Order: sequence, then C-alpha cells, then structure tokens
Amino acid sequence: MSFKFTEENITRIAQARKKYPTALAAVMDTIYIAQEQNGYISNEVMEEIAIVLGIDKVNVLSVVTFYTMYNTKPMGRYHIQVCTNVSCMLRGAYEIWDGVKEKLELDHMQVSQDSKFSLEEVECMGACGYAPMIAVNEDYFENLNKEKVFEILDSLK
Amino acid sequence: MERIVLPQIPNLNQLEIYLDNGGFESAKKAFARTSDEIIDEVKKSGLRGRGGAAFSAGLKWSFMPKTTDKPKYLCLNGDESEPGSFKDRQIFEDNPFQLIEGAIITCYAIGANVAFLYIRGEYHKWIKLMQKAVDEAYARGFLGEKMKETFGIDFSCDLFIHKGAGAYICGEESSLMNSIEGLRGYPRVKPPFPAQRGLWGCPTTINNVETITNVPAIIKNGWEWYSKIGAPKHPGTILFGISGHVNKPGVYEYPTGILLTELIYDVAGGVPGNKRIKCVIPGGSSMPPLRGDQLEGIRMDAESLKEAGSAIGTGGVIVMDEDTILLKVLIRIAHFYHHESCGQCTPCREGTGWMKKILHRIDEGHGTSKDLDLLVSVANNIEGNTVCAFGEAAAWPVKFMIMSFRDEFEKYVKKDVSIPVPNKVHSMRGTAVPLADLLK
Ligand SMILES: Cc1cc2nc3c(=O)[nH]c(=O)nc-3n(C[C@H](O)[C@H](O)[C@H](O)COP(=O)(O)O)c2cc1C
Ligand code: SF4
Ligand code: FES
Repeated sequence: MSFKFTEENITRIAQARKKYPTALAAVMDTIYIAQEQNGYISNEVMEEIAIVLGIDKVNVLSVVTFYTMYNTKPMGRYHIQVCTNVSCMLRGAYEIWDGVKEKLELDHMQVSQDSKFSLEEVECMGACGYAPMIAVNEDYFENLNKEKVFEILDSLK
Repeated sequence: MERIVLPQIPNLNQLEIYLDNGGFESAKKAFARTSDEIIDEVKKSGLRGRGGAAFSAGLKWSFMPKTTDKPKYLCLNGDESEPGSFKDRQIFEDNPFQLIEGAIITCYAIGANVAFLYIRGEYHKWIKLMQKAVDEAYARGFLGEKMKETFGIDFSCDLFIHKGAGAYICGEESSLMNSIEGLRGYPRVKPPFPAQRGLWGCPTTINNVETITNVPAIIKNGWEWYSKIGAPKHPGTILFGISGHVNKPGVYEYPTGILLTELIYDVAGGVPGNKRIKCVIPGGSSMPPLRGDQLEGIRMDAESLKEAGSAIGTGGVIVMDEDTILLKVLIRIAHFYHHESCGQCTPCREGTGWMKKILHRIDEGHGTSKDLDLLVSVANNIEGNTVCAFGEAAAWPVKFMIMSFRDEFEKYVKKDVSIPVPNKVHSMRGTAVPLADLLK
C-alpha cells in the first residue's frame, strides 16, 4: 500500500521547508508529520518523504534510524514512557517501571495485542525535579508513585 | 534577591505583561549601539555559558568573523538532555520573550540574520508554548522583516524552532548543527570551530538558552551591575535544578557562589527523614560526584567547584542520601552513556559498553578489587581520545565515582584477586590478554 501525504500535510511540509536553506534540513520535521499521519515510518513512507523533499531516500533512512523518537513499527495508541534515569530512580522509578511492566504485561518497546499500549523505558526526560515521571504520548505526568501511575493507566480508554 | 532569568512577575509569559515590564527595551537600547559595543558589554559583564562548559559568552561572540560573504547563524541550545537538568524548560514556560529578546540582541551583535532554537523532541508542550511566543513576536514586529519598522533600524532576524527527536548527543554543539542540517547527530571534528565553519559551512555561534536569556538584563543594567552579582569570576545567577533526595526539588534561581549546603538545606528543604547525604552530583550526571562528608564550604560557581574536584556543568544538583547504593546509581549512569554514544569513535562506543559490563559483573557478585582499577583504566582510555566531549562526560562519572568512593565500592567486590596474566614479557610486546578474556 503506498503512502501519500494529505493536502494539509503537504502545506505543513512546505512551511517547514521555508525555515531552512536546504531541503534536507526539513527532513526531521517532515518525518514527524509523516509519523503523525501514518503512526510509524515504513519503507513506503520514507520513499514518499524523499520524493516530497527531493532528497535521497538513504538520507531519510539514516535520520529515521538515528533518532529514538521515530518509530519504524506501529506503536500502541498510548505509548507509555517511564523514565528510570538517576533522579527518577532515586525517587522510586524502578518500582514504577516493574509495576507497569507487570500490569501491562509488556516489556521495553513491546506493543499490546490490542494495540492499546506500548511501553518504553526512556532516558531522562527533563523532569528530574518532579520525579518520578512518566509520559503518555506527548504528555508528561510528574510527582508520581506506583498507585498514581496505575490510576493514570486505568483512566486511559 | 533579584532574579534575572526567571523574575517573580506573574504571567510574564504573556507579551503584554512582558512589555509592561520593560520588555524589548533592551533590544531598543542595543540597536542604538554598534555590534562591537554589545559584544564588549557582554564580555565585560563576565557572562559565562550555562550549557556546561562555562565559557565566556562575549568572547565566543567575538570569534565570529566581521567580514564574510556568507550568512551567519545563531543556535540556541535547548536540547536539555543531561540527566539532572530541567531548567531550560522553565524559561520556555515562564519567560519565553526574554529568550527571544536575548536572541535578537545576540543576532545583532554577531551579525546573524537567522537563529535556530533547538528544543529536544520530548518537550512537545514547551515547543508549543515557545512557538506561540515566537508567532506573537513575529506578529508584533519583534522578529522578522517588521523589526526594521518596530525598531527603526536596518536590521532584522528570523527565529525558527528546530525540534529534536530523542538523542542526548544532539546537545553537543557540532552534533546539534548536523541535526539542524537534517543529518544524523554525529559530532564533527574540531577545528574548524563553529565560528569558522558551522551550520552549512557558515560562521555560527551556539549558546545555551539560559545564557542568552541573561543578555537583555545585561544590556539594560550594564556590565558593571552584572559583574557584581555572585562570584566575581563567574558572575550572575544560575537556574539550579535540584533533584533526588531533597524535600523540595525544583528549579531555583540564585547567584553563583551560593553554598551547596545552603542550596540543599535552606532552598531545597533538606533531605527527607533527616538522613545524611552520601553523594551529590553538582552539575548534571556527567560531572564528578562529591562526597557527602565533604560538602561544607563548597560554593556553586565554576572556579569553586573546579577546586573541589568537580564542575558546575548545567547546574543540575542531584542529591543522594546515605542509603543510596552507589553501584546501582553508577550502573544506571553507565547504561545511559552507553545507550547515547553516537558510535563514531571506538574508545567511546566500546569503552562505555565495557564499563557497563564490568559494573554489571560487580553487581552480580563476581567483581574483584581489580575490576575497580579496570573501570578507572577503561575510563582513562576514553577520556581525551574521542571526537567530542561526550567521551569525558561518559568517563568522568565512572572514574570519579570510583576514585571518590573507593571505600564504598570495595564493599561491593571481593578482595582477593588472581587475574591470569600468562606472560608479562609477552604482554609488553603487545600480546596482552585481551580485555574480553579478563572479563570472562
Ligand atoms: C555530550 C554533550 C551534551 C551536551 N548537551 C548540551 C545541552 O543539552 N544543552 C546545552 O546547552 N549544552 C549542551 N552541551 C554543551 C554544548 O556543546 C555547548 O558547549 C553549549 O551549548 C554552549 O553554550 P554556552 O556557551 O552558552 O554554555 C553538551 C555538550 C556535550 C559534550
Ligand atoms: S565521543 Fe562518543 S559521542 Fe562523541 S563523537 Fe565519539 S562516539 Fe560519538
Ligand atoms: S531523571 Fe527522570 S526526568 Fe530526569
């Protein structure tokens, strides 16, 4: 199945392109837009990005694989990110991480059967003073404990 | 105490309120002077970078070529990925216009017409907040072509936000530039330095977001005023991000040179349960840790911390109480640096992996005293042998944690050691037992 950007997204890409002197520089923005539309970056998506920007596909591939926030496979509707880096760890992040793993029956970078959840152990998210924290998709939840995390998970429909 | 970067003014993140409080007056003042005068003012103020290396901001600006037929660029570093650092997001949230004002003054000073604000991808919310502020600044003529009209000058600059995508290394300045160019975030070999060949081969200055947010205040009040705040050699205030075992973690702005103990006990409310402190990392996870029994008298500025055997870094203070198992902390730190190494240099790519493996081995109960030496030696072999300063960032925590807390680490390992070294003479000839065999 081939992938095509929506009209609206073509406009957004053109907008992003204007920020930079080269088309290549707009690749990160464009991958984000593609990921928003398609959920993840497949081979076809990379091809389309290359065509739309007029760059080599290998350039798209090298960027997609370098950065951790681009997904090359479908993730859950709720992507749960648990920070276990030092500041969070000192305030009980591993208890949360173990608890969430058990509750969702998922491990790092796994997706649930029904595609509702995916789980990721992440590096410091810049919320160390409000530790421990998790992020659900784009939103941060801070100053947590295991109970609060479970409440958040239960509230996700 | 007056705050410079995050003044205690409610709703300062609204343009009207910012303007009511003298917003963009500094820019007006700056544009009435020459760019050289601005650079000189900032140089004399003593403002030093808040992104880690505490390098003089004015001096860095003065490296930008005066005459060039190429465009010049400013990069504002808001990658903020160093564990223990969470201060720049406070600027995005509470004082975005002062950052924008600082950016246009800096652009004017170095002769750049474009600034890129690099924000880490995970900061979706703060990217949106910042974009909103940028859009408003454009609409009101504080950015872009309309600046010429607003300020009545023949100068204008653009500010674009570049969203990162999850890579700690992109905070390193040359990696950041590659990332903006749409490449993998591989650091570049220096020299050439960014001021010579930066973004797209053009002269470029990179400064941390907090550094630039200081600039309007310096222009407004003058260098003398600024140079008298805090520690003389490292003046101004710092956004200290305090995390870990304290009662009131958070971001606090205080003058440089404040006592570390004052920050921990008075500002951040001390340690929960009144426990003693075992260890403090004073400037983000890559800085050498301090022993809890040696905190008295240590002041939070670049010079004092250097003297104490550490560094100011990003001002991210991580406090660990007496019950903390430092081995676990170090394993987590080593894991981070192994995970984030871009993989270009062998010592960094392999060394970070070895350190992690050795630490895990110790954790599994198979470590010996020699392993501690081995860790220090692996760290020493990374340091200074890599393309970028990530090498030091990865080596320092391991090396200094073990050196400073040898007593504690000895408790995690067995004393008696017999590492087979079959033939000393051979090993001198370069047929040493491979590291892999030693670790079996
Ligand atoms: C591995 C590594 C990561 C870094 N991460 C950041 C960062 O997230 N933010 C930042 O401002 N500086 C970071 N730096 C420092 C930058 O390379 C650069 O020195 C700094 O942005 C310059 O700004 P300043 O002079 O205003 O401090 C990092 C450096 C290294 C070696
Ligand atoms: S030191 Fe590490 S992070 Fe820096 S360029 Fe080398 S491999 Fe990459
Ligand atoms: S350590 Fe978890 S947010 Fe920084």
